[in-house]
Amino acid sequence: MSAHLPAFGRRTALLGLAAALTLPRARVAFADAPGEARFAVVLLRGGLDGLFAVQPYGEADFRELRGALALPEPGQEGGLLDLGGRFGLHPRLTEIHAMYAANEALPVHAVAGNWRSRSHFMAQDLLEAGADHLMSSGWLNRALAALPARPGAQPTGLSVGTDLPLMMRGPTRVGTYAPRGGGAPAPDLLARIAELNAGDPVSGPAIMEGLQARGYAVTALGAEATARPQPGGAFRALAIAAGRLLAQPDGPRVAAFELNGWDTHSAQVNRLNAPLFQLDEGLGALKEALGEHWRRTAVLVVTEFGRTVRVNGTGGTDHGTGGVAFVLGGAVAGGKVGGDWPGLAQGRLFENRDLAPTTDLRSLAKGLLRDHLGLPAQAVARAFPGSEAAAPTGGLVRA
Amino acid sequence: MDLKAAIAAVRFGQGRRPGDPIPADPVAWLDSQLDPALPGPALPEDLPRDLPAIYRAFAEDTERLRAGGQGRPNQGLIVRTEMLAALTLEITANQGFRERLVAFWANHFAVARARVPYLAGHYTREAIRPHVAGRFEDMLLAVVRHPAMLAYLDNTGSVGPNSPAGQRGRRGLNENLAREVLELHTVTPASGYGQADVRAFAEVLTGWGVEGAREPYGFVFRPNAHEPGEKTVLGRTFPPGEQGGIEALRFLAHHDSTYRHLATKLVRHFVADEPPPEAVATIHGVLRDTRGDLGAATRALVRLDAAWDPPLAKFRAPHDFVVAVMRALEAPAEAADRAFGGLQYLGQPLWNPAAPIGFPDTARDWAAPEAMVRRIEWSNGIATRGAGRDAAAVAEAVLGPLCRPETLRAAARAGSARDALTLVLTSPEFHRR
Repeated sequence: MSAHLPAFGRRTALLGLAAALTLPRARVAFADAPGEARFAVVLLRGGLDGLFAVQPYGEADFRELRGALALPEPGQEGGLLDLGGRFGLHPRLTEIHAMYAANEALPVHAVAGNWRSRSHFMAQDLLEAGADHLMSSGWLNRALAALPARPGAQPTGLSVGTDLPLMMRGPTRVGTYAPRGGGAPAPDLLARIAELNAGDPVSGPAIMEGLQARGYAVTALGAEATARPQPGGAFRALAIAAGRLLAQPDGPRVAAFELNGWDTHSAQVNRLNAPLFQLDEGLGALKEALGEHWRRTAVLVVTEFGRTVRVNGTGGTDHGTGGVAFVLGGAVAGGKVGGDWPGLAQGRLFENRDLAPTTDLRSLAKGLLRDHLGLPAQAVARAFPGSEAAAPTGGLVRA
Repeated sequence: MDLKAAIAAVRFGQGRRPGDPIPADPVAWLDSQLDPALPGPALPEDLPRDLPAIYRAFAEDTERLRAGGQGRPNQGLIVRTEMLAALTLEITANQGFRERLVAFWANHFAVARARVPYLAGHYTREAIRPHVAGRFEDMLLAVVRHPAMLAYLDNTGSVGPNSPAGQRGRRGLNENLAREVLELHTVTPASGYGQADVRAFAEVLTGWGVEGAREPYGFVFRPNAHEPGEKTVLGRTFPPGEQGGIEALRFLAHHDSTYRHLATKLVRHFVADEPPPEAVATIHGVLRDTRGDLGAATRALVRLDAAWDPPLAKFRAPHDFVVAVMRALEAPAEAADRAFGGLQYLGQPLWNPAAPIGFPDTARDWAAPEAMVRRIEWSNGIATRGAGRDAAAVAEAVLGPLCRPETLRAAARAGSARDALTLVLTSPEFHRR
């Protein structure tokens, strides 16, 4: 599996070059002492459709394969946010786009883990375990063990939210923090609950009315969750909490949190509006909360799998394989789209249905552990046992 | 699990813990919970638990405040420990039917812990729990003689106008307890009582007070405050003195209107919001034939055909719902704290209804839109506890054949294990019993 990250397209390459030229050399000279780098992992549970978030609008077969899921090209009304002439970001992702323009965002396409399971639970467990078999500890927790001890400081690892995700479980003690309201269900889950209750004469109408009163636009069928994203959502609260805690001198250095609502088997164009907005709003808030520490920060945004290339019978997509990951932050060498683009042409799809995976998710994580957190090779290997075939991806962070 | 075992656990109990044994004979399992020897809440040895100890703890708090101290530490300790012990029993024990009966009768004879914090736990343990399968007259007497009820419904300050204390001036009759016993606890307005009956019964109960400062702690009869002379309530004449009150309560306990009222409430609680008349008639008949034997009435209740007919007609009130969720996730004893918070959040705070009528008992009262959204939020929060569990296995273990295939399908398609669990906990069938 390829571990290098060629940039796509001339304009992208130019943007990347421009970044390299404008990068103040001084920053390298005053590089932080070990233990000052900030690292956050955001887990998108449910399987984000990578081809919807980062659309290869320049690709020949794209529009035909994706139908209504192919949004208008950059510059048109409701169009994509351009990433350099070949890819475009979903229009809700304005914060990520601004980071991209500042060379602080690196979307990586055609990413998949080391599993080919299309089961959410299996795929999430393996993603979090960081192995090809189920483990009781997670890769991020095992990585924490190798970070320098900080006497008197808070635990280096922090889980934000009501869950302690498997990724963060393990022998190393981690902090947990749950802002009030952090447990609010994602709009997509609310829609499913409404749908499941729709036929019940008591709970059905009550839930529908209650959700509408709270500002969720749920149709009579409950299928189309909420086209109206609400600023100031629960994920933003998580992100702000994570950012503020990471910014404290004796605070954590590594944080994990998550956002649900990506499992869009139907009405995807509408249903992804809210979670994409929430994700973007949250990442923007994280940057702001980190303040001056943003420049020491790398954020890895991952999901358990991508989704089918073709639209299914209900305007959605089913569980697939290759998807997208984001590497974001002031420390990131961004401003380009990473990965080996496999193409969408006939014969290029994985099992004739999914985007073919070309970058191992573990390679991205290992690259960040090595180059951003400065972990020695043995520690990286302990975090991802049995991952010799997936070499760490270089060049994710600025030298 | 067969349908009957599932219904027994859900309709009559508080939901299954996945590890609970499946009873071969569900009706016999329910009958077995009428045994008064079954355990009550486990309280720490050093908690003030009987009336003398509770009143001494009360005096200690008062003394502390007089000395310039802050707060009432004993009060908080007692009420909190009692509540958590009661919830722990509900969450962990396999005697959900008994706990439902305790909750039902505690709500029939509602007091508000905000008004009687030191006593609410003792009241439920001593005036309600021992009698849920006993005789209704014994429960009624235990309730009306308990200091929690006497204080909650203001009888402690009620003074007969012609009693020695009344003659001295200042205080007079308080009808509150008498009125609520007639209206809510026994005969109801259907019996046709009038204001004269309320006043006469209030006079009957004058002198029924509480001694909180010295032995004997608890109920006392104060002849000094008792209205002299005979009183007539609902056509029956009662002698003066404490004995008159006891006789009046026994009379009310055995009144046919009381039997009808209790039968209606029991059937509404365990069978349907609109109680089927023939089911009410059956229970009414048992109460009449047995002179108010609640054990006999309860055994008849679990043998009503209407009680076993799916689909489940009753909507779980927040208390039922929260405990059922905790049990489904095999929550440990420490989770009682979380359950307590859930009851507050979902609008049915433990032992603290807004009025003497207690919490309502129909879907209309609990399925309000905001209440349902809160259930969803709370379920999603608590699903963390069960994350990693297989939602389908939980559904099978706690709902069995009551779980609909569409719920299992939705859980199987959910985006995370936690979402799957939330979908099961918020499914229509989980809201029902």
